Amino acid sequence: MIKLTVNGKRYQVDAPPDTPLLWVIREHLGLTGTKYGCGIAMCGACTVHIDGRAERSCQIPVKDAEGKKITTIEGIPDAHPVKKAWLAEEVSQCGWCQPGQIMSAVALLAEKRRPSDRDIDSAMTGNICRCGTYQRVRRAIHIAAAAGAKGGRK
Amino acid sequence: MNDIMNMSRRDFLKAGAVLGGGLVLGFRLPFAGFPFEAAAAQEAPYTPNAFIRIGSDNTVTFIVNKSEMGQGVYTSLPMLIAEELECDWHKIRVESSPVDPIYNHTMFGPMMVTGGSTSVRSEWERLSKAGAAAREMLIAAAADVWKVDKGSCRAEKGRVVHKSGRKLTYGQLAERAAKLAVPTEVRLKEPARYKVIGKPRHRLDSPEKVNGKAEFGLDVHAPGMLTALVARPPVFGGKVVSFSAGRAKGVAGVTDVVQVPSGVAVVATGFWPALKGREALEVVWDEGEGAGLSTAGMREEYANLAKTAGAVARKDGDPDGALAQAAKRISAEYEVPYLAHATMEPLNCFVDLRGDRCEIRTGTQFQTSDRNAAARVAGLKPEQVNIHTTYLGGGFGRRANPQSDFVAEAVQVAKGVNKPVKVVWTREDDMKGGFYRPMWYDRISAGLDGSGNLVAWRHTIVGQSIIAGTPFESVMVKGGIDDASVEGAQNIPYAIPNVLVDLHSPKNVVPVLWWRSVGHSHTAFVVESFIDEAAHAAGKDPYEFRRALLARHPRHKGALELAAQKAAWGKKLPAGRARGIAVHESFGSFIAQVAEVSVSPKGEVRVHRVVCAIDCGRFVNPDTIAAQMESGIVFGLSAALHGAITLKNGRVEQSNFDDYPLLRMNEMPKVEVHIVPSQEPPGGVGEPGVPPLAPAVANAVFAATGARLRILPMTPEAVLRAMKSA
Ligand code: FES
Ligand code: FES
Repeated sequence: MIKLTVNGKRYQVDAPPDTPLLWVIREHLGLTGTKYGCGIAMCGACTVHIDGRAERSCQIPVKDAEGKKITTIEGIPDAHPVKKAWLAEEVSQCGWCQPGQIMSAVALLAEKRRPSDRDIDSAMTGNICRCGTYQRVRRAIHIAAAAGAKGGRK
Repeated sequence: MNDIMNMSRRDFLKAGAVLGGGLVLGFRLPFAGFPFEAAAAQEAPYTPNAFIRIGSDNTVTFIVNKSEMGQGVYTSLPMLIAEELECDWHKIRVESSPVDPIYNHTMFGPMMVTGGSTSVRSEWERLSKAGAAAREMLIAAAADVWKVDKGSCRAEKGRVVHKSGRKLTYGQLAERAAKLAVPTEVRLKEPARYKVIGKPRHRLDSPEKVNGKAEFGLDVHAPGMLTALVARPPVFGGKVVSFSAGRAKGVAGVTDVVQVPSGVAVVATGFWPALKGREALEVVWDEGEGAGLSTAGMREEYANLAKTAGAVARKDGDPDGALAQAAKRISAEYEVPYLAHATMEPLNCFVDLRGDRCEIRTGTQFQTSDRNAAARVAGLKPEQVNIHTTYLGGGFGRRANPQSDFVAEAVQVAKGVNKPVKVVWTREDDMKGGFYRPMWYDRISAGLDGSGNLVAWRHTIVGQSIIAGTPFESVMVKGGIDDASVEGAQNIPYAIPNVLVDLHSPKNVVPVLWWRSVGHSHTAFVVESFIDEAAHAAGKDPYEFRRALLARHPRHKGALELAAQKAAWGKKLPAGRARGIAVHESFGSFIAQVAEVSVSPKGEVRVHRVVCAIDCGRFVNPDTIAAQMESGIVFGLSAALHGAITLKNGRVEQSNFDDYPLLRMNEMPKVEVHIVPSQEPPGGVGEPGVPPLAPAVANAVFAATGARLRILPMTPEAVLRAMKSA
């Protein structure tokens, strides 16, 4: 049994210890907001926060996540400035990449309250959006920053 | 559109009550007669399905028959209904429709499908009428209750209001309205009175896409569900000779290993054990004739074919004679590779097959084809198969497969496992799984007279037909010409007296399919690059050169002029930067783009800005248009800069985003979208943003460096090579 703390809730899961955290979150915990896109740390769809840092959950064996504070898209409050900016700027298209984009953005803003375009490039370049929403992602991050995003660590 | 609409009784299949009280309204339009006329006649005369459902609790549910894959149909189609229905936008709910003849495409014939950038175009009339009819019935119901004249009542924000000030909500009226006759004529609004259409609206699907609750195919779960991965042959057309399941079955969590026509499925309690099990599986493959195939070899074959005459798609005047007599002749070869759709959500399909029922949940664009394929595999009637369309994590054509590959295969797996099962494709499976945009080779020449006027154009196209071998072949391939191979080339708008466009459609085992903008994805690159070459040969400005040749095509010209004006065409740019322009018509829309680029000494192309002008006729949601142009530009740029699927020894060489890179945030240009005001019929927006991008960028690279990029993608090596030979 592996013990996990996700979005403030404790779980015990019966999964082989090398199972990537991504699949445990999706299949064992039923939190399907965290997405699979590549499985090799190339797309960012699976981004979650581990102790406040944006991490690719497809790369983390579940045993390594024990004892850490894990946050998924479902754990970001609807009133979070990033989520609100995402709606205001109408970022989403197909939506598949968006939870990962939002998790990366929330972590960026937790670290840099007023990120520059260059900061956004370096924090967000790991998140692919096949629908091409990058311009709106960038705008939404600036708007969330202006609205005083402090999220990411709750 | 704003005249009184006469409808036959048959148009409305049914108005009736919903369980618990309320109104449902279904509506059909006669088909355009293409391509399965016969099947249409067998439709059931009655169906409980509908487009609008108004509950006595005031909820208004729109049942949308198009797949939401990012293009915004779960918002634009409701906007069409809401405009006429006068309902409260905030009370609208959207549901995906089941498969039923009532939901068939109004342009393509008896099939439920989302594609060809047609959703708004094809549903505008039907959904407007449905909304208007429901509104009239609700008004009539209120007039009945109040014993007043209908003319003294009006509908607004989900209520009927009498001139006395009395009000009843749609919920209060729905049940009574359901008992009334459906009006046979309704008056649609004058565009000047539109409150919803033409104004930006927030997407109805955004909140659940932002909070992670939106359900995509890969998110589907059912009690007792198993997950399967399929080992498919390493070469297209390959077959299983034998396999040994022993080691796979030894992986904890693996429950079954079953052979299916497409390979061997490893079924497990979840994705990870299925993946581990598949890694442990031993399969001996017969690779078949595809084992010798390489894209390098195909390129040679195509290049040779391009030197010979193909099936004629268009012939005006005497192109050969005019070329021979031209004062100046230019010619070139263009090449573009196979491309993968690479939807962000890899393919997947959930199937629950038990007895005489088959329940499928997946993100598909082509429900009718998938349902028929599932029924064939399961040995059921199509009516016994139900498809629930989830959200699609991207489609771009990949999820509209006339061969229903991922659905049929999942039903095969379900047959071998007596449990609900979800077949999941890894990114690698998806990337290597075929159904690519075809690889194309074009040979093109043009003749100019002494004053630089284009007098001849000769364009030979070589590449696989997407339509050949599908049920569409008999309708869409005529005289050896697959329209999807020549669209955008055969109908070039430029005034040239002598034109020849011909086509070779070689066959091979690589599965090909429509890929966002289909034939235009390659023809626009070739035509719009080569017209630029012609302008250069004529010593003319590429914008003015095009403009002069578009006198009889005002919509092309309008888009071109707006893009040029907004991009300040002709004004100086900082050193090292240059502009390129392209204009192209596709899916009923006319789009021009101006790209601003710079090229590094290492050959890296950087696109700084793209200005896009679109004339898509009357439109529903301007923000969706902007979003779809941004999206198409990124899609086009990914392909132009990075995209290539190549084969060696029959094997696809790419597997994931490390070797099939997509555009990322750090490469994103600034995109500006401008809409040409237009009262023309509505055009599509999902695809047409893609085609002009690659030529606009290539033309800008030429302006910046003098190097003409005739091969995609524009990798630094390719750019350096072109710069050397410039
Ligand atoms: S799925 Fe983890 S980075 Fe792509
Ligand atoms: S919204 Fe579709 S991949 Fe980003």
